[in-house]
Amino acid sequence: MKRREFLVVGGTLAASIALPARAAYPEKPVRMIIAFAPGGESDIGARLQQGVFRKKFGQEMVIESKPGAGGALAWSQLNTFPGDGYTVMGTNLPHIALQPLEGNVQYKTDDITNVHMYQYTPDAIIVRNESPFKTYQDLVKAAKEGQDKVTFAGSGTNSANHLAHTRLNRLMGTRTMYVPFKGTGDLVASVLGGHVSAAMSYNTLALSQKSKMRMLAVASERRLPGFPDVPTFRELGGDWVDGAYRGVGVPKSTPEDLRRKISDIFSEINKDPEFRQKMADGGFELIDITYDKMAAFMAERTKAYLEGAKLMGLAK
Amino acid sequence: MDSSLLANLQLGFGVALAGTNILYCLIGVMLGTLIGVLPGIGPVATIAMLLPATFVLPPVSALIMLAGIYYGASYGGSTTAILVNLPGEVSSVVTCLDGYQMARQGHAGKALAIAAIGSFFAGTVATILVAAFAPPLAELALKFGPSDYFSLMVLGLIAAVVLAHGSLIKAVAMIVLGLLVGLIGTDVNSGIARYNFGLPELIDGVGIGPIAMGVFGFGEIIRNLEHGQKRDVFVKRVTGLMPTWTDLKMSFWPIVRGTTLGSMLGILPGGGPILGSFSAYTLEKKLAKDPSRFGKGAIEGVAAPESANNAAAQTSFVPLLTLGIPSNPVMALMIGAMIIHGIQPGPQIMTANPELFWGMIASMWVGNLLLVVLNLPMIGMWVKLLTLEYRFLYPAILLFCCIGVYSINNAWMDVLLAAGFGLIGYVFGKLDCEAAPLLLGFVLGPMMEENLRRALLLSRGDPAVFVTRPISATLLVIAALLLVIVLTPSVRKKREETFVEDV
Repeated sequence: MKRREFLVVGGTLAASIALPARAAYPEKPVRMIIAFAPGGESDIGARLQQGVFRKKFGQEMVIESKPGAGGALAWSQLNTFPGDGYTVMGTNLPHIALQPLEGNVQYKTDDITNVHMYQYTPDAIIVRNESPFKTYQDLVKAAKEGQDKVTFAGSGTNSANHLAHTRLNRLMGTRTMYVPFKGTGDLVASVLGGHVSAAMSYNTLALSQKSKMRMLAVASERRLPGFPDVPTFRELGGDWVDGAYRGVGVPKSTPEDLRRKISDIFSEINKDPEFRQKMADGGFELIDITYDKMAAFMAERTKAYLEGAKLMGLAK
Repeated sequence: MDSSLLANLQLGFGVALAGTNILYCLIGVMLGTLIGVLPGIGPVATIAMLLPATFVLPPVSALIMLAGIYYGASYGGSTTAILVNLPGEVSSVVTCLDGYQMARQGHAGKALAIAAIGSFFAGTVATILVAAFAPPLAELALKFGPSDYFSLMVLGLIAAVVLAHGSLIKAVAMIVLGLLVGLIGTDVNSGIARYNFGLPELIDGVGIGPIAMGVFGFGEIIRNLEHGQKRDVFVKRVTGLMPTWTDLKMSFWPIVRGTTLGSMLGILPGGGPILGSFSAYTLEKKLAKDPSRFGKGAIEGVAAPESANNAAAQTSFVPLLTLGIPSNPVMALMIGAMIIHGIQPGPQIMTANPELFWGMIASMWVGNLLLVVLNLPMIGMWVKLLTLEYRFLYPAILLFCCIGVYSINNAWMDVLLAAGFGLIGYVFGKLDCEAAPLLLGFVLGPMMEENLRRALLLSRGDPAVFVTRPISATLLVIAALLLVIVLTPSVRKKREETFVEDV
């Protein structure tokens, strides 16, 4: 125990001694650990950042996948890495807020030091083209009449989609059914095949299935560029701007100035016009929650998630 | 329709045969063969690592190369399965059963050649199928609801009993064990982790890689340690590198049937190639005049599953290209690659990016041709590998297995699991328990549970959905028939005879 404390203190000390040399950060490749399998949205986002990172900062950003337990496997290891700025990790909201509430994981939300949030994909209700629900109002009407006949496919239990569905039920004043899926493939097939009424997913699904599905409502601040006819939940009377937020976290031992520096770097990447275009094409909404705004942002988000988690029966 | 198909194919071959694209296709299939041959190192890790390198390529070239890696790997996976009883890829697990026995009898060359020929035939037919019928096939796959999937899995499990040779009770026990191992991990409906002993590494369950590598690969290596250098005996009498006319005639129908089954199962999301190869093997064994030959070096037992897994590898592109649905982790990665290259995957690909759609389809056939041309001459070299001394070959294989298993999730836990399953596999070998049914139970179990519960959730707990939906009902009837056949006294007698011979 003492030895460990010594190491931690020693580590912090070493990090602060190394301070002057840090003006040139990054001076070697930065390892970005992604807590999800390659090919997922977190991975795609990081890979698009990869190129800009190299272009602007002259170093490689090496992406390493460490999937497992919906991201929890990687996040619970975050603080075991050296806080030298050369190991950073992709973080996701509401995942890092919901998982500790569920209690299966070995980290707490506060263990994750987020330094920047750079994009999100808003929650969205999506139906297939053949669906009788043309508008959100059709859906609400059917849900009120048939109650549990209306079913929503989503990814996982106690997950972001599950939380969104709980919110939707409260907004509509209904008790529709949530059907959890393990993989995106099955989920899309079930919606396309009409085995479920709708999907509680993200705008990205509506974008990739644009010719076969339509979006009824979206949880973005304002209407999305590719979908000028789809109303936001705000317009529909709900205080609901949410989705899957993605950002970057660092080990707790990372000194303040490095945290700021990393935040600046990702702000800078978000400004690249070509990158902005590619992200927009992929359906990612860019945001810029910098390190100094992070505490307030997390407090506001966590409060909202806790409220939702209570409805789900996850928290008291 | 016909003329437009020709025009489309012309467009496709124009793209696929363009100088640089054919080069990238070649690189893809060569890399694929290599990682397929190396046990454990799979297409997911390879494609993920190569993804950044493809940024500089035009999107079509990049995707042609990545696709080549995928079906090249499914092709190369059979080589290690036949030569050293190690499934290079999970879909070549069944190939181990008879392929390795053929190699032991000195027919490694024949087995490799028939695998190559079968794969090429399957690849050609599947490519034509994809080109001609992709959209309607995709629509058909969508008709499968949760209850239909469940019934398909039931059929698969009953088929697994037929698959095993030897004791019926042991086969059932192995399937049940596979199902139990499949239960480890998060329960989708409640989100609660099951049987993970509190280990976060097991929250997602046990991967198929560690199990397949462990039970087949590590287990076999341990078994061989008992024999010392005796292994050389069967290597020294390697005869006839190429199959004879009789071999080809015997393999013709198995290849056709394997191709058909594989093509159909590949379209359905989830486990296409694995399911295809397992069911093709089962079918051949059922149809054979003398089923007792299976598991002892029957050439049909190599021809059918190899054709099936290659056909399924091709047709698993159907849901991806027509619906934007990934049917396995590699396809999910391909979707990621498309987005990174600025192509929006989904149903609109066919109309928005016809050169990509048809170019990829044509390149699959070109790739399959390249694979045969590349691999047939290499058979002699692969067989020579067997003459390598045990003390060099096996440590090398073990090392590659460890690297491969680790690379799947970058998790050391997987390596430990593979080692554990290696010991289990060794013990099973001693007890005459087949590992193949275990693996099938493991693959099908979780899908079966997920779909059973989803079907019941959607029907508000009414089990009638399984018999009122036509697809589901048909599959259940076939399963029941199969069960009757297995339990018929005459068949049972035959099985028991096989068992006696085994001892």
